[in-house]
Amino acid sequence: MPESLEAPRPVDASDHPDDQSSRRSLLRGLGLGGAGALAVVLSACGDDDTTDTSDATTSASPEDLPNKAATKENAAIPGKGDLQIVNYALTLEYLEADFYAQVIASGVIKDRKIADLAKEFGEQEQEHVEALLKTAKSLGKPAGKPKTNFESVLGAGPDKILQTAATVENLGAAAYLGQAPRIKDEEILAAALSIHTVEARHAAALNQAAGLPLVGDGGLSGSLPDGAFATPLSMKQVLKRIQPFLA
Amino acid sequence: MTRTTTPDETSAELAAIGVEGHSRSTFLLRSALLAGGVYGAAAVSPAVRTAFAQSSDAASEGNEKTDIIVLNFALVLEYLESTYYERGLKEVQGLSDDVKKLVTQIQKDEDAHVDALIQTVEQLGGTKAQRPKFDFSASYASQDTFLKTANTLEDTGVSAYNGAAPLLSVTEVKAAAGSIVQVEGRHAALIRLLREKDPSPQAFDVASKQADVLTAIKPFIVQG
Repeated sequence: MPESLEAPRPVDASDHPDDQSSRRSLLRGLGLGGAGALAVVLSACGDDDTTDTSDATTSASPEDLPNKAATKENAAIPGKGDLQIVNYALTLEYLEADFYAQVIASGVIKDRKIADLAKEFGEQEQEHVEALLKTAKSLGKPAGKPKTNFESVLGAGPDKILQTAATVENLGAAAYLGQAPRIKDEEILAAALSIHTVEARHAAALNQAAGLPLVGDGGLSGSLPDGAFATPLSMKQVLKRIQPFLA
Repeated sequence: MTRTTTPDETSAELAAIGVEGHSRSTFLLRSALLAGGVYGAAAVSPAVRTAFAQSSDAASEGNEKTDIIVLNFALVLEYLESTYYERGLKEVQGLSDDVKKLVTQIQKDEDAHVDALIQTVEQLGGTKAQRPKFDFSASYASQDTFLKTANTLEDTGVSAYNGAAPLLSVTEVKAAAGSIVQVEGRHAALIRLLREKDPSPQAFDVASKQADVLTAIKPFIVQG
């Protein structure tokens, strides 16, 4: 493991000047190859100063990255390092679990298959909450349960509810992907990964149920929103997008 | 379909999906031993041998060489998936339009993963693993058998990446592996839905040891 986020050596794509197809490589395909590579991936992991939150690939210089975020927009998420990441995940899982619980309680979803899916996914989010809460307690002070407000979604009917669930799951998957490379502890990383792919499963299933496209356009819509390679979102980007659901 | 777990069980579960007993050095030792086991010692391609031969250095250093070995392991899985869908689209009779549409997209994704992993191995200064010879004929009997094996391969892919990713050293490579495994998870859910199976049967996806992954894929690899 690298000792710190500043440490990893960027892979220099200029070693392969003759390789036209190298743009399809992981490092470049994700915008991670060559100059500024590190900046791009880390901008999705940490802070970024972009105002356009739809842009996950805007470069920032590597020096700007380490934990500046913790002092600004992410101040709402207590702790630093792995604790902050676990608390961030916990906050998102609280939100998701609460959303599913309210959806089910509302009785708005009449389609039996979809209602069953919502119930099961909600229970899985609750399991994530409990696991993350324990982990956060073992590291320090856990984040509190956020106060949510889903009234406008619930009042808009089953289609809107399903679309929101699909978006929120895509957001959750992108959030875990954004944090995974920043996690220092191997066990916490393993746990985060095992939740990450469950969020991905939820997202794919709900996007399909909502009638959204198989392949999206790189936003938060579609069973495969970005095709072959999923795009991460930073903490700041995700926290901004959940604001409408916080009371 | 849904398991209920108490918080204590959940905590034990969380510990169990850690990498205890699955350290970098044991992973690599198993890699070297099992590569021979899967391919047959004589069938291990020079490139695979070269990659695995680096394991003794990498085990002690935990560096880019480790990442090359893990990436080559992932590459073999992606070769398998890509080849499985490519041939299946031609050979399986009577695929429905829904199946064709999804499998065509998944094949395209797996192919992109193959290309990306090769490029990444080479950018890290490694030698790519060669594409093994595969035999999927038993799975091509019908749409049902085709999808059943696809289901197994996608779930195996998820668990393989989840098991191997914590062993990676280079931050960008970790991010890349995460980006791929998320897509494998989505594939798995979509294939499961086509089979009318639960798209997300567990709250925590399994992280498989390499030995288990190799056991799962061994039936599809033609011994040299």
